[in-house]
This record gives sequence, C-alpha cells and structure tokens, in this order.
Amino acid sequence: MTDTTAAPPSEVAKSAKVETPFQRFRAEFFESTIATVALGVFIIIVLLAIFAPWITPQNPYDLAQVSVMDGRLPPGAEAFDGYTMWLGSDGSGRDLYSAILYGLRISLTVGLASGVIALLIGMAIGLIAAYAGGRIEAFIMRVVDLQLSFPASLVALMMVAALGKGVDKIILALVIAQWAYYARTVRATALVERGKEYVEAAQCLGISRARIVFRHILPNCMAPLIVVGTVQTASAISLEATLSFLGVGLPQTEPSIGVLIANGFEYMLSGRYWISVFPGIALLLTVVSINLVGDHLRDVLNPRLKK
Amino acid sequence: MSAVLEVSGLKTHFFTHAGVVKAVDGVDFTVSKGEVMGLVGESGSGKSITGFSILGLIDPPGRIVEGAIRFNGSDIANAPEGQLKRLRGNKISMIFQDPMMTLNPVLRVDTQMIEAILAHEKVSRQTAWERSRDALGLVGIPSPEERLQAYPHQLSGGMRQRVAIATAFLNQPDLIIADEPTTALDVTIQAQIIHEAQKLTKRTGTAMIWITHDLAVVAGLADRISVMYAGRIVEQGGIDDVIDRPRHPYTVGLLGSVPTANRRGERLFQIEGMTPNMLALPEGCAFAPRCRARTATCSNEPPIEDVDGRRLRCFNPQHEAETA
Repeated sequence: MTDTTAAPPSEVAKSAKVETPFQRFRAEFFESTIATVALGVFIIIVLLAIFAPWITPQNPYDLAQVSVMDGRLPPGAEAFDGYTMWLGSDGSGRDLYSAILYGLRISLTVGLASGVIALLIGMAIGLIAAYAGGRIEAFIMRVVDLQLSFPASLVALMMVAALGKGVDKIILALVIAQWAYYARTVRATALVERGKEYVEAAQCLGISRARIVFRHILPNCMAPLIVVGTVQTASAISLEATLSFLGVGLPQTEPSIGVLIANGFEYMLSGRYWISVFPGIALLLTVVSINLVGDHLRDVLNPRLKK
Repeated sequence: MSAVLEVSGLKTHFFTHAGVVKAVDGVDFTVSKGEVMGLVGESGSGKSITGFSILGLIDPPGRIVEGAIRFNGSDIANAPEGQLKRLRGNKISMIFQDPMMTLNPVLRVDTQMIEAILAHEKVSRQTAWERSRDALGLVGIPSPEERLQAYPHQLSGGMRQRVAIATAFLNQPDLIIADEPTTALDVTIQAQIIHEAQKLTKRTGTAMIWITHDLAVVAGLADRISVMYAGRIVEQGGIDDVIDRPRHPYTVGLLGSVPTANRRGERLFQIEGMTPNMLALPEGCAFAPRCRARTATCSNEPPIEDVDGRRLRCFNPQHEAETA
C-alpha cells in the first residue's frame, strides 16, 4: 500500500518496538524495591527447600540419623555426630536447620499444590457460572456464599477430621476450603468481561462460544486471578501450619513447619525458645514474602490503582 | 442492482418486567449490492437493535416477533444459531462504535484477525496472515506487518477503527453493518475512515448499512437514507431527496439542528421535548407530542406512503418553504 498519506504520523504508535504486556508488567513490577526483595526472599526459600537434602547435615526423616542424645540442644551446640546445630535441636534430637528446610518442602508443596488445584477447579466453576447464567449460576454462587460464610480454617479442619491425616488428604482439604475464593473472583471478572464490546465483536465474527470463553474472556480474567492465587497460596501454607499445629494435619514422623512449631510449644516456658521460634520465623518469612509479592502484583495489575 | 438484504415488517420487542418495549416496530428497507444505506435516528430509536436483529444477536428478554429478513434471498429472521454463525463475520460483518472496546486488549492484532478468517475457512495460518496483512494495507495502515504484531493499546483510536474495518472486510462479506463507527473519532480521522469505507464498498461491491445520528456523515456517504423514530421508519428515500427536501417534520427538525457555517451566531433549531418513553408511546404518531405541525388527525396511526419519490409516514408532510 503506497497510500500512506491517509494516516498522519500521529496515528502511528510512538515506539516501533513492540512491547508485550508481559514486558511492561515485568518492568513495572521491579520498580518496587520491597516487592523485588520479597520475591528474592521467596526464591531463596524455594531454592533452600528444593536443595535441602544436599545442604543439610541431617535427614530428619531418617531415624538412623536422628539421635535422642541430641535432644533439646541450644543453637550452636555440637551434635553427637560432630556437626554444629546452628539453630539447635528439638525434643527428639532433630537438627532444627535441617528440619526447617525439610519442613519447608512439605509446606511449600502442600501450599502450591493446593493453590494450583484450587485455582484450576475454582476457575472452571466460576467460568461455568458466569457463562451459563440462570439457575446454574445461582446454585453455584449460593454454594460459594455458603462456604465463604465459614472461616477457611474451620472448613479445612472439618475436612481433615473427615478425611484423616496425610499430605494428599491435607491438599484435598485445602482445595475444598479454598476453591470458592477463586470461583467468586473468576465469575465476577468474567461477568464484567462478558459484557464488554470485544465479546460482542467476537460473536459478530462468528467465533465459537468455547473459543470466546477460553481465548477471549479467560485471558482477561488472569490479572485478578494471579493476585488471588498468590494471596491464597500464602494462606494455604499458613492454614496447613495451623492444622498441623492443632495436631490434625501432617504426621509427627514427617514434620512440616506447623508440626515443628507445635513440638516446641511445650518447651517455650522452660526457656527452650528455639524449637518453636525458628520454624515460626521461617513460616513468617515465607508467608510475608508471598503476600508482599501478591500485594504488589495487585497494584501493578489493577489499572485503577495506577497513578 | 440486486437486493442483498430485504427487511420487511421487522418487529423486535423486549419483554421486560415493566412491559413490552417495542424497540423495532415494523421496519422495512432494502439494501442493494454496493449501496450504502444510512440509518439515522436519535439514541433509543431502534437503529442499533435493527442491526443486531439482522445478525440474530438479540439477547433475551428481546426477540424478533414478526417480519422477514431476507439475506441473498433466504429468510434469516429467527434462523438456527448454526446458520447465523456461518453468516456472521463471513457474509455479514459488523463494525462497532468504540474501537477502544471492540478489540480484545490481551490479544495481538494478528491473532484476532487470523482467528476471524479461520472461523470460516480452512486455510493455513500463513495464508490467513497474508490476507490480514493485505487487508490492513487496503485500509491505509502503513507497515502492516509491524501493526499486526501490535497489541490494541499500542494503536491510536483511528488506527484501531481501521483494524476493525479491515477485519470486517476480511472474508469479503456481502453486507457490512456499521454501528456509529466514526462517533468516537476526531473529525479529521472520521473523514479518513469514511473515505476508506466508501472506497472499499465501491471496490468490493459490498452493501453497507451505516447506522448513525450524524446527518453530516450520512449526507457525504450514503446513497439512501432511512430516518427512524421510536422504532419506526418515518422517512426513507434517496439521499439528495431527503436531505435537500425533507418532508417529515422530524427530519426537518434533525436537519435544522445541524450547525452550518452560514448560520453563525444564530440559535440552533431544537426539537422540543424528549425522546418518548418506549414503554408508554403516545397513541397514533409517536412524534406528534413534539411536532410543530401536528393536527387532530395525528392521534391516529399514520400509514407509510409513497410521497414525492420517497416513503413517508406523516399526515402533514412539510414543504420546502417551511424548512427553515
């Protein structure tokens, strides 16, 4: 086309370089120091958890390596096997540094797995509700309302009581306790998106319903979903810790962070603070870093909060 | 010229809790190949609903209760969804008012255009991409390859509307319904867009329904014009006849309210009153309460008649002398 006079220069987008929404998002995200640090802390925690078997002196699950002789040693004490227990040991002689890293593995696995599964289920149900409308929507949303009127910890507690102990059962309980948050978010966003003109325009182009829902509406719902996802994953991790602390979560033989805190609780008043406090700090760091990242994601992804 | 679209006696009503809204109440018109028909009226006069009725995109509680929409000879009023889906974007395309809203913000231009082709034809992505590029070139977008990779937010309003027009022409439709496509644009961009649309219809022989409330746009673009008021066509005819010698008091009023350069400083003509409540239309002629020429007969239903080379729905047609 040689007829370029029809389009004055002002009409041409300013930068010839095409910037994807992701690049723009990345640039905006790293503008915040707090969020960058929080993301860094979270990545370090994840790496520590992944590489735990190679960087810890003891495997706390291997009973042959755990000796009651080392029980309740203060931070910095030397273990019977010769290594230093920088964070001390718990009542059954587990090196707390090792136990925390192994515990983080369980906590993160449970948190992330339940977060992702709940997200997928909640997203599907929310989309169905938004697109089906009518009675199906009313039914689904009343179930969601009903469930959200209970505290998530109570729902999870009842589920664990019914299902029993074990990592898989905890994940299932957390999914059941949390899918409703995702469903509500997705439905609300999808309803807004469905009313937008680009959906009408897509219909006018003869594009199929399924394609409109998954290719057009869903990607536009991702921003709030990512935010809710991060916040809910953090809450899943603390929920798991709560359940374990209450003694209905994971078994003593494979301690998650919550179990470690619960174990140390009885020693708190006798001055052996480290058994509960160090796992507590690890949990705090994990949850706070995820929440800070989630908070900043919300700011970046929500155009209304932009200056 | 053969008629691409023949709408006769179309009635689209909305059954709300408050009552039946007769958004479109007996509309007739035909559009021939290569012809541009302007559909003019105030907000709420049923112009857009007429457009959506043709595409079969009326959502409950609304539905087409009567009338025929013959597209290339076959009636598509209340046709099965599958048949309509094959027509939409393929044989009948639509261009919307706000180009900021009609492109999906998270999908690149190429994704959206290629999708529109692949929804109707089995061609390779490469072919679809090439056709999209050529279409962008046709509507006067410089370096279309680059623009194809852009996201909608990287394009200006005029540019986006060009993309929307290119998308509408992608599958060589027989009919394009343009629903106020230039309302959201600057006047200079408006002129360019109208120019492109005109060029494309002449070149491809596509028929076009241009829905607008802007008489100036229609005057420069359309071959024929239909003026709608409260769900009905009140005056319909050749563009020169209607614009130069309007006979219906409503058309007269509309034209009188357009500012022109040689009437500077004068007060613009204003049609008194408000658009009627569609739930409680007055008896007889819906325009009568606002009409300066109303007489006792206006409480009866005026029939649509052939008067002075046009279709007219009025008991007291205006004459040239009275059009101030």
